[in-house]
Amino acid sequence: MPEIRNYTMNFGPQHPAAHGVLRLVLELDGEVIQRADPHIGLLHRATEKLAESKPYNQSIGYMDRLDYVSMMSNEHAYVLAIEKMLGVEVPLRAQYIRVMFDEITRILNHLLWLGTHGLDIGAMTMFLYCFREREDLMDIYEAVSGARLHATYYRPGGVYRDLPDRMSQYEPSKWHDQKAVDRMNENRQGSLLDFIWDFTERFPAHVDEYETLLTDNRIWKQRTVDIGIVSPERARNLGFTGPMLRASGIEWDLRKKQPYEVYDRLDFDIPVGTHGDNYDRYLVRIEEFRQSNRIIRQCVEWLRNNHGAVMVEDHKIVPPKRESMKHDMEALIHHFKLFTEGFCVPQGQAYAAVEHPKGEFGIYLVSDGANKPYRLKIRAPGFAHLSAMDEMSNGHMLADVVAIIGTLDIVFGEIDR
Amino acid sequence: MPEWILYLLDFLPDWDWLHVLLIALIKVVAIFIPLVVAVAYLPYAERKIIGYMQIRIGPNRVGPRGWLQPIADALKLILKEIIVPTKSNKYLFILAPILAMGPAIAVWSVIPFTDTLVLADINAGLLFVLAVSSIGVYGIIIAGWASNSKYAFLSAMRASAQIVSYELAMGFALVTVLMAAGSLNLREIVLAQSGGLTNWYLWPLFPMFMVYFISGVAETNRAPFDVAEGESEIVAGFHVEYSGMTFAVFFLAEYANMILIATLTSLMFLGGWMSPFGAASDIIILGDGIHWLLLKTSFLLFFFLWFRATFPRYRYDQIMRLGWKVFLPLTIFWIVFMGVMMFLTPWGYLFH
Repeated sequence: MPEIRNYTMNFGPQHPAAHGVLRLVLELDGEVIQRADPHIGLLHRATEKLAESKPYNQSIGYMDRLDYVSMMSNEHAYVLAIEKMLGVEVPLRAQYIRVMFDEITRILNHLLWLGTHGLDIGAMTMFLYCFREREDLMDIYEAVSGARLHATYYRPGGVYRDLPDRMSQYEPSKWHDQKAVDRMNENRQGSLLDFIWDFTERFPAHVDEYETLLTDNRIWKQRTVDIGIVSPERARNLGFTGPMLRASGIEWDLRKKQPYEVYDRLDFDIPVGTHGDNYDRYLVRIEEFRQSNRIIRQCVEWLRNNHGAVMVEDHKIVPPKRESMKHDMEALIHHFKLFTEGFCVPQGQAYAAVEHPKGEFGIYLVSDGANKPYRLKIRAPGFAHLSAMDEMSNGHMLADVVAIIGTLDIVFGEIDR
Repeated sequence: MPEWILYLLDFLPDWDWLHVLLIALIKVVAIFIPLVVAVAYLPYAERKIIGYMQIRIGPNRVGPRGWLQPIADALKLILKEIIVPTKSNKYLFILAPILAMGPAIAVWSVIPFTDTLVLADINAGLLFVLAVSSIGVYGIIIAGWASNSKYAFLSAMRASAQIVSYELAMGFALVTVLMAAGSLNLREIVLAQSGGLTNWYLWPLFPMFMVYFISGVAETNRAPFDVAEGESEIVAGFHVEYSGMTFAVFFLAEYANMILIATLTSLMFLGGWMSPFGAASDIIILGDGIHWLLLKTSFLLFFFLWFRATFPRYRYDQIMRLGWKVFLPLTIFWIVFMGVMMFLTPWGYLFH
């Protein structure tokens, strides 16, 4: 009689549900998972090493590309670490703008997560519904930074520029006549803040729409309830953070526990799960949509009434205005120095972490006093989450592996770095 | 058979078998061509309908409003290379799509389109349908086996288990229909439902209608039961290694099966070509006719597409549980219940 062996299957790196380039080696007993072995490194781009050879302010763009669906949150941790070492106090308006964009990024990230998680489980329509809302948020990104994805908007000392007074509008083309364009431009008549406000008015209804499709759907519940349970103790031991940890019932959120920027002035709640399964993680993230929406509205209200600088005035770390360069020698020198060698950071080390949409995203910086970091270490939440893959999927079926990958909300940019 | 065709046949030698053969061939072509057109345009309809459900437009580039899209797709698939994996079993690899497609088309021979328009009006029509349509599963098993791919193999296991178990529920659901109609002949089953909307088997056999239609969705491997294709789990399942025309044949077989299930459902439960207003209607368009069958079939096909846009996918074991622990007991109970009602109580007329 031939020996009975488990079925070894190679899941990825080219697989529609691998969320990028995850390679899983699965050991199957029939369809039941005996062992799931994630292999990483296929998207390794040496971000940490690259940062060591560039002036501090030139690495911000690399941060966008780590977790490429929550760009500004990555930048945030990096600029916070630099500011901590420089001892810079960021203007209040810049702090509000950062918080607002952090929350916009959170919605942006969770929308992509919901869409792809739905698609993994077969709810195809969710994907397109989520992308409809993402489109508006991308436009908001574009309005402040000129780029839809990789914004490089946060800078040490503030944000690159103030919010625009006028939202960009569509123009008539071969495909959209004046009437269609007028309809598309309806909510773009005012400033960027008006557009964001309009979005926050619409968004809760959209979240209700997602919930109508999924939350009480019998098939959705059969596919997510009791799948991939992580107990609170295990979640803590495995180094979970963010929604993954909160769904297991541990109330931990850096925005509340170690408030940075202006989170301590804002009113919001932290959703916590009870069971630690896929369904709880889904519910936690859905509730975060609503809470982020709340924070954005508070920020918009504050920003409408309070004006001021969005960057510190210290031209050793912040470029001077372009007009002043035309007649001011000092400004020209500052500009030249800043864009050729950057700025030096005092010797020492700092760790700054933000509540990234996926969890705790931290930057650990070591400086030897030069204009480049001596060492940069990125603490990516997805890495810790992925390492629980084996534990979470053990004993479940092949289809559940896909659901678990979805619920981990992994993006390979940050895991492989 | 129109007079002019018989007139044309007069020119041929006077051999009886030749006449029979030619008439049969003409009938086959008359069924096959519209079927192929329908199968080609159903994916287009699917893409458009699901497109609008998902706030997008769907194909609109090839021809006016994208009407030529199916032709462009077919052309592309015909021109693509058929790649046969190195370590596959070549004969079985090519045989599999043929085995999947053949039964899906063969079953149409006993489908009555109207009272007179049927290729083979055989006595045991329903039995023929059940027998031939279950051959289709061999195509899938063989495809999964011959591909020599782990994904395809897993999918073949899933698909065969799924199709076999749902065939049971479907078969039992059909038993109730033939108990009510007292015949295995599809034409007579439809005729037994004549007399308008209220006489359709939809009403007395409503639970069986649901079981049959849902099993039909599962039988054709459509969402939410599409674990055999499960694109996010096992990529494309049993046809993961197929390309070009061999893939197209699987694809067409799936859509031919969808149309078949929808047509059978409308024949068994929705009165086939019978008008919902009864035969007495004066206006010709409201009277009985093939248009009613097409309308009912399209209506049911719309549900197939709607399900796909709405529901997440079941897991494999959940599908099996639904089939064995819900549908099968329900149908068996219903058969017993119906038998008792029909023969031991005075309320048997409800089912006739």
